[in-house]
Amino acid sequence: MENSLIYLDHNATTPVAPEVLQAMQPFHREQFANPSSPYRIATEAAQARETAREAVAELLGCKSQEIIFTGCGTEADNLAIKGVGFARRQQGNHIITTKIEHHAVLKSCQWMEKQGFELTYLDVDETGRVSPEQVERSLRDDTILVTIMHANNEVGTVQPLQEIGELLADKQAYFHTDAVQTAGKIPFTVEDLKVDLLSISAHKIYGPKGVGALYRRQGTTLQPLLHGGRHENNLRAGTENIAGIVGLGAAARLARKNLAESADKRVAELRDRLEAGLFEKITDLKFNGNRNHRLPTTVNLSFNYIEGEAMLLHLDAHGIAVSSGSACTSGTLDASHVLLAMGVPVELAHGSLRFSLGYENTEADIQRVIDLLPGIVRKLREISPLYPGEQ
Amino acid sequence: MEYSDKVMDYFMNPKNMGTMEEPDGVGEVGNPSCGDQMTIQIKVEDDRIVDIKFKTFGCAAAIATSSMVTELARNKTLDEALQLTNQEVEEELGGLPPIKRHCSLLAEEGLEAAIENYRSKQEGNS
Ligand SMILES: Cc1ncc(COP(=O)(O)O)c(C=O)c1O
Repeated sequence: MENSLIYLDHNATTPVAPEVLQAMQPFHREQFANPSSPYRIATEAAQARETAREAVAELLGCKSQEIIFTGCGTEADNLAIKGVGFARRQQGNHIITTKIEHHAVLKSCQWMEKQGFELTYLDVDETGRVSPEQVERSLRDDTILVTIMHANNEVGTVQPLQEIGELLADKQAYFHTDAVQTAGKIPFTVEDLKVDLLSISAHKIYGPKGVGALYRRQGTTLQPLLHGGRHENNLRAGTENIAGIVGLGAAARLARKNLAESADKRVAELRDRLEAGLFEKITDLKFNGNRNHRLPTTVNLSFNYIEGEAMLLHLDAHGIAVSSGSACTSGTLDASHVLLAMGVPVELAHGSLRFSLGYENTEADIQRVIDLLPGIVRKLREISPLYPGEQ
Repeated sequence: MEYSDKVMDYFMNPKNMGTMEEPDGVGEVGNPSCGDQMTIQIKVEDDRIVDIKFKTFGCAAAIATSSMVTELARNKTLDEALQLTNQEVEEELGGLPPIKRHCSLLAEEGLEAAIENYRSKQEGNS
C-alpha cells in the first residue's frame, strides 16, 4: 500500500479509461488513413470521426453538426472568444467575463483587450459565484460576447448559467461557457444552460490529452483560428487527430454511462467524507468554495500558517498526488487568482490545497489522507513562525 | 520542476528548526502575503555564532535554504557569517530550480538581519 499512488488531482487530468484506450487503439496503425482521402479505409476513419461527434453531441444534448473538434480545451476557449470577437466586430466591441476564469479564457480576453476590444471582468462573491444581476448591469448595447465558466477548476464552484442564459436570451450577445470541468461530470445539456458556445476537453473525463471540442449553436457566427483545409466545416483546418477524436467520443459515452449510474454521487460522498475527516482532525482550516453549488469531485481548503507546496511535497512523499493554489514560482509570488478574487487573504491563498477525486478512488484512499495529513500539518506548523500554537 | 535530493532532505528533516530562550540577535524577514517569512535567532559568544535556530513559513525551497544557511553560519564569526551568500547556500543544496532561486535570498537576508540586530543591541549596551 505504501508505494501505490493515491491520485487526487483529477481536475488537472485523468488516466485514460481502458475502454477509451481500446477504442483508440486501431486508429494508430490499422485505420491510420487520412479521413479526407477517397478510398475505403479513409471513409472508415471519417465514419469513426462522425460516430465520435454523435457521442459528444449526445452527452451535451445538441446536434452532431454543432460540434467542432479542436486540439484541446484551451483551443476551444480561444476559438470561441477570438472567433466571436473577430466575426462580430461590426456589431460591437464589448466582452464580459469573470475574474476567476481558467487562463485559457482569461489570457485570451486580455489579448483581445490588446486588439482593441473592451473587456469587463466580473467579481465573484466569497464562494466564487457571479451574480446574474451583475451580468445584467454590465451588459451594453455593444456587448457581443459573455463568457463565464461553468465550474471553476480550483474550487469547483458551479455558476448560475441557466439564469444568466435566460437574461441573455433576447440580447445580441453570444453566451459562451468553459465547461471543461463539468462536461461528463455533472448532468446537463446545452439547452439547460442556454449557451451558444461551450468548450470541453477529453483528458478531464478519462479521455486522451490533446483533444477537445467546441459546441457551436447552429447559426452562431465564428471566425476560424487556423486557416488551411476545409476540415470541421471550415472552422478548424488541419488533418484530424482521429485516434484522439475517437477517444473523446468513447470518453463521452463512458461519462454518460457513469452519470446514469450515479457515479457523480458516489464521488461526492467520498469527497464529503474527506472534507469532514480533515475538519475533524485539523484546526484553523478554511473551506474555499460553495457547498451548495459545487463539482462533486472537488474540495479546496486553506491551512492557516503553512504553505501549500510544502504540504503537497510531504503528501507526494507518501504517494499522494494533490494540487496547491500556491505558485511560488517567481520574484513576485503569485497566489491563485481565483482565491484572491474570492477575497481569501493572500497568506491563506498560499496555504491552500485542492483535492479532486475520480471514479477510481476508494474509501481506503480517503482514509489514508485523513490519517496522514494532520501529522504533516502539525510538522509544518511547528516550523512556521506564524503559528501561535494550539489555542 | 524538480528539487535535488539534498533540498528534499533539508525540507523534510530541517536542521536547527525551532526557537531558543533569550537569543542574542533575531532576524525577521519576508512577508506572509508574499508567500514566505523567516525568523532566525542567534546566540553569540566572542563574536562567534554558537547557536542558531530558524522558523520559516514558505515553500520547500524556502524551508531548505533557511535550514542550510543556519548550518553554514553555525560556529562562524559574525564577519565570516556576513560573507555567506545565497549562491553558497544554493550550491550546498545542489542547486535550486531557476524559478525558486529567489527563495535563497530570504535565507541570506534573515541571517544578515539577525547579525545586525545583535550588533545594534551591542552598540546600545556600550
Ligand atoms: C476550466 C478549464 N478550462 C480549460 C482547460 C484547458 O484544457 P486543455 O488542457 O485541454 O487545454 C482546463 C484544464 O487545464 C480547465 O480546467
